[in-house]
Amino acid sequence: MNEPGAVDPLVRVRDVDKVFRRGSEEIHVLGGLNLEIPDGEFLALMGPSGSGKSTLLNLIGGLDRPSQGAIEVGEERIDRLSDRRLAAWRARHIGLVFQFYNLMPVLTAQKNVELPLLLTHLSRGERRKRAALALDIVGLSHRADHYPRTLSGGEQQRVGIARAIVTDPTLLLCDEPTGDLDRKSGDEVLELLQALNREQGKTIVMVTHDQRAADCAQRTLYLDKGTLSAEPSV
Amino acid sequence: MKYLYLVWSNLKRKKLRTILTILSILVAFLLFGLLGAIRQSFSQGVDVAGADRLIVRHKVTIAQLLPAAYEARIEQIEGVEEAVSQTWFGGVYQKPSNFFAQIPTEPAKFLEMYPEYLLDDAQREAWLKTRTGAIAGRAIADRFGWNVGDRIPINATIWTREDGSATWQFDLVGIYDGAQKGTDTTQFLFHYDYFDEGRRFGKGMVGWYVVRIADPDRAAEISAAIDAEFANSPAETKSEPEGAFLQAFANQIGDVGFIMMSIVAAVFFTILLVAGNTMAYAVRERTSELAVLKAIGFTDGGVLGLVLAESFILTLIGGAAGLGLAWTVVSAGDPTNGLLPMFYIPQRDLVTGIVLIGVMAFVAGILPALQARRLRVADALRR
Repeated sequence: MNEPGAVDPLVRVRDVDKVFRRGSEEIHVLGGLNLEIPDGEFLALMGPSGSGKSTLLNLIGGLDRPSQGAIEVGEERIDRLSDRRLAAWRARHIGLVFQFYNLMPVLTAQKNVELPLLLTHLSRGERRKRAALALDIVGLSHRADHYPRTLSGGEQQRVGIARAIVTDPTLLLCDEPTGDLDRKSGDEVLELLQALNREQGKTIVMVTHDQRAADCAQRTLYLDKGTLSAEPSV
Repeated sequence: MKYLYLVWSNLKRKKLRTILTILSILVAFLLFGLLGAIRQSFSQGVDVAGADRLIVRHKVTIAQLLPAAYEARIEQIEGVEEAVSQTWFGGVYQKPSNFFAQIPTEPAKFLEMYPEYLLDDAQREAWLKTRTGAIAGRAIADRFGWNVGDRIPINATIWTREDGSATWQFDLVGIYDGAQKGTDTTQFLFHYDYFDEGRRFGKGMVGWYVVRIADPDRAAEISAAIDAEFANSPAETKSEPEGAFLQAFANQIGDVGFIMMSIVAAVFFTILLVAGNTMAYAVRERTSELAVLKAIGFTDGGVLGLVLAESFILTLIGGAAGLGLAWTVVSAGDPTNGLLPMFYIPQRDLVTGIVLIGVMAFVAGILPALQARRLRVADALRR
């Protein structure tokens, strides 16, 4: 689905197919999918379970490769990058927020946020400083030395967001970021994402089942049977 | 180094499991060190045997004696520089458990033959002049608290005196040190003349000869010449290099080296399975965490390196502690009161131990590390 905005698109997905193989069976998840996401947009992707939302998110984030088609983020054809270069590209350009936070239970909030910075050439002091700043942005400076098990779900997700933004990525990809949270915590996370989009110009793609979450985005697309549309299918 | 805290934090995740695994590795390397020291002790200085020395003994067994007159005949053989006799005395000091090597020999020739036995000039002179004089190695002197000037009574178990008594009195005139770590400093050496005159039987006979040859490359040829000299006599000889003789002596109770290494190999194989199992579990139970690392930009090789580093640190802690503990135990000295005279961990075994730490870390970690490397991010995150 082409939705060219006034701004140059940051993400271009062109004629993308994604086929999974299970034994001899082929499962077509995405077929001939097209999508453009302008720089600075907050896009919500909705659709029923198994519709391919997370698969599309993984493809845009370089966590998976399309069976066919092209994916461009900025100037980079990421479907053509080697595994090694793709990993380096993810480290530089992608921030990931997961439904179940996926924090390292053995590391404090501060160290969890510092993790992506290990892949940079920053000094230890600089890594600490940036992680502290990211925790400050999500309002968790006072919990920096806490381990994930001592944090609430909402706090864990905010640590996850701090980890996602600490490298100042080009694109923030959120896979059901409020899916495991109560309403209040979910609202806080959504407000945080909106603030990141509004105040820092972050381009955000969020997969969600929650219409209230989707309402926070600037645009919502619906994915069903591998096809994107601006309206939910009946 | 910046990844160290990540590796260390993962090791602390299941503290009990990590500690038990480290203890298993520690035990393996402790055994490796201790058995290495025992094996070294049983080899009785094979490593430091002189390449230019032969041992000439009775063809049937070392327990049978050779005539003292052979010494001059051996020295006549082309290629032989010097021969010196030795005999097994087999006495005990004060009580049967105080057992060690006592050897009657010819002092001047002995000291020439064994330059690695270090004795200061005054003590050397005293030994040469004192008929009842004896010298003791540093280890045995320390063990019994002997000092130069002490009178040492040794009770014979073989060689009774002419008057029927079993006690021989010696004057300790010197204490020798070893030039090398493996030099035997547990011997007690005294005058053959004093011994031969005082004994009740076996006069004019010796246990074996140590022969120095001019060219070690001709050892086989000279050995054959010596044995040919005494062929068809009542006391035929068997000559061989000192190293081979000592090895054969050590092997009288079996191939100790092989037995020790078999035990160590079995222990290491078991511990390898334990460490490998720990690493496999460690990787399996955090599949999603490894996937997240990859998702945020760690490369396949980076994740493989992290798992291998974990395996390496685990093995390094256990291995280094095991070798260190073995070193401490062995440094305290022979725990058997003289059965293991040269009880130390040879440098060769320490180096082997360090190499084994690396090998064990790699073997235990490589399969889980490859598993982590192969992990597909999208699949793992869906689990």
